[in-house]
Amino acid sequence: MTTEEIYAQLVPIVKTYLPEDVSENDITPTSDLTRELNINSAHLVDVVLDVEDAFDIEFDNADMESLRTLNDAVAIIQKKIA
Amino acid sequence: MAGIAAYIINMRVVITGLGVCAPNGTSIPEFTDALKNGRSGLAHFPELERLNFSCQIGGMPTISEEKKRDYFTELQLRNFDSDGILYGVIAGIDALKDADIDVGGDEALFDLGIIMGAGTTSVAKFRESIYQIDEGKVRRLGSTSVPQTMASGVSAYLGGMTGAANMVTTNSSACATGTEAVLLGYERIKAGKATQVLCGSTSDGGPYIWGGFDAMKVTSYKHNDSPEKAAGPMSEQASGFIPGSGAGAVVLESLNSALKRGVKIYGEVLGGAVNSGGQRNGGSMTAPNSEAVQRCIKGAFKDAKVSGDAIDYINGHLTATVKDPVEIENWCTALGRKGSDFPYINSLKGMTGHCLAASGSIEIVSTILQLQGNFVFPNVNCDVIHPEIVALVSEKCVPRVAVETSLKTVAKSSFGFGDVNACVIFGEY
Repeated sequence: MTTEEIYAQLVPIVKTYLPEDVSENDITPTSDLTRELNINSAHLVDVVLDVEDAFDIEFDNADMESLRTLNDAVAIIQKKIA
Repeated sequence: MAGIAAYIINMRVVITGLGVCAPNGTSIPEFTDALKNGRSGLAHFPELERLNFSCQIGGMPTISEEKKRDYFTELQLRNFDSDGILYGVIAGIDALKDADIDVGGDEALFDLGIIMGAGTTSVAKFRESIYQIDEGKVRRLGSTSVPQTMASGVSAYLGGMTGAANMVTTNSSACATGTEAVLLGYERIKAGKATQVLCGSTSDGGPYIWGGFDAMKVTSYKHNDSPEKAAGPMSEQASGFIPGSGAGAVVLESLNSALKRGVKIYGEVLGGAVNSGGQRNGGSMTAPNSEAVQRCIKGAFKDAKVSGDAIDYINGHLTATVKDPVEIENWCTALGRKGSDFPYINSLKGMTGHCLAASGSIEIVSTILQLQGNFVFPNVNCDVIHPEIVALVSEKCVPRVAVETSLKTVAKSSFGFGDVNACVIFGEY
């Protein structure tokens, strides 16, 4: 899977958890999920579950700790589906 | 200083909003119409039959997917499986809207409290979580399993939706929960610690909540073929209660605040009492100590500064079990009234079933609607009144058709497992 394809699947997942005052258009590959997109940090575990279901992979605790931006997510996914 | 003390001591508490999510009505207009027409919300549940329940009927509000979205965001509905919270949110938000209180803005509302009681809630979500944990998949619980399954979930959800920032809590005292919640809110406002409190309670329904009662054989197995005709409270045929579910909520407010805001006032909370029978002297986990029941009722009158003679109407606990005549006897003794001198009395449980932790609050909403509307709803499916009850009070005190009558002072009582009692007195404003 290419980076673009993975990213295209991630955007709608992340969009679900955006607060009301942040739009889909604000999402970029380097956007920090909690600090810039203002996603409630409690929802990071939900984002991870949705990503796991979409790509049929499993994140471990180390992966979760390194997850800050969409680029981080893409890297983790590529590592696991390789 | 004396002036302020007097202000607080004389703090009067009124009702400025109502909300309900009941098996026979999920809005106040629908519920009011159901009351006046004696419309039952009981139905047969095939799932209960499949699971070998003796009582295969019950009461459950019907909430469409569309209606849920009037109260919850899409994000909140993700992995949401908590009927108790759903019902409680509907009743609570509706009550606040009815009271014309501006909620859900950017500010924390420090004068608005929430006391929404619960018995066992979010059983479906808890069950799902338990299975995931047992399969070694604890991480699948996601971020909302705790807020949904914690006992105070319903109040916490309402708190977030509204910004209420006074006391936000959940009380629990079995079937007395809803009535107790109103008294807790009343006391808080009277003590000057909150200006407005959303008070009520909620209960899930379905096999996991109702199963325990089925096992105890306190529900009736005789009406599975005709749920809407199930023998109601005080009837000769009554052979056990029908389980229900739902939520009710009222907004209590200091009279000063209500007058200042110029909002409609449904009535006044005159006073009340809460006690227990200690599970002594005839009382047990499941049976009342009659002396304690009478003490509670009399205590409520004393607190409200009314006499037994002043009561026009009673909304009873009355569940359609063998305890109904005992409750009537206790009322007669506590009021010092019997025969044709007894006030009107009814029970909502014939129409909604016994909504368990939600019963007190749904029934209080029905009490206030009658107080304000000057009517008494009929006791349904009670064609022949239990002979032990007729021996104590006149048949005309137990209406079987709706009665239009002027109501000024009314009493509501709930009695719960654990031998707990709660009684509240309302007056017209």
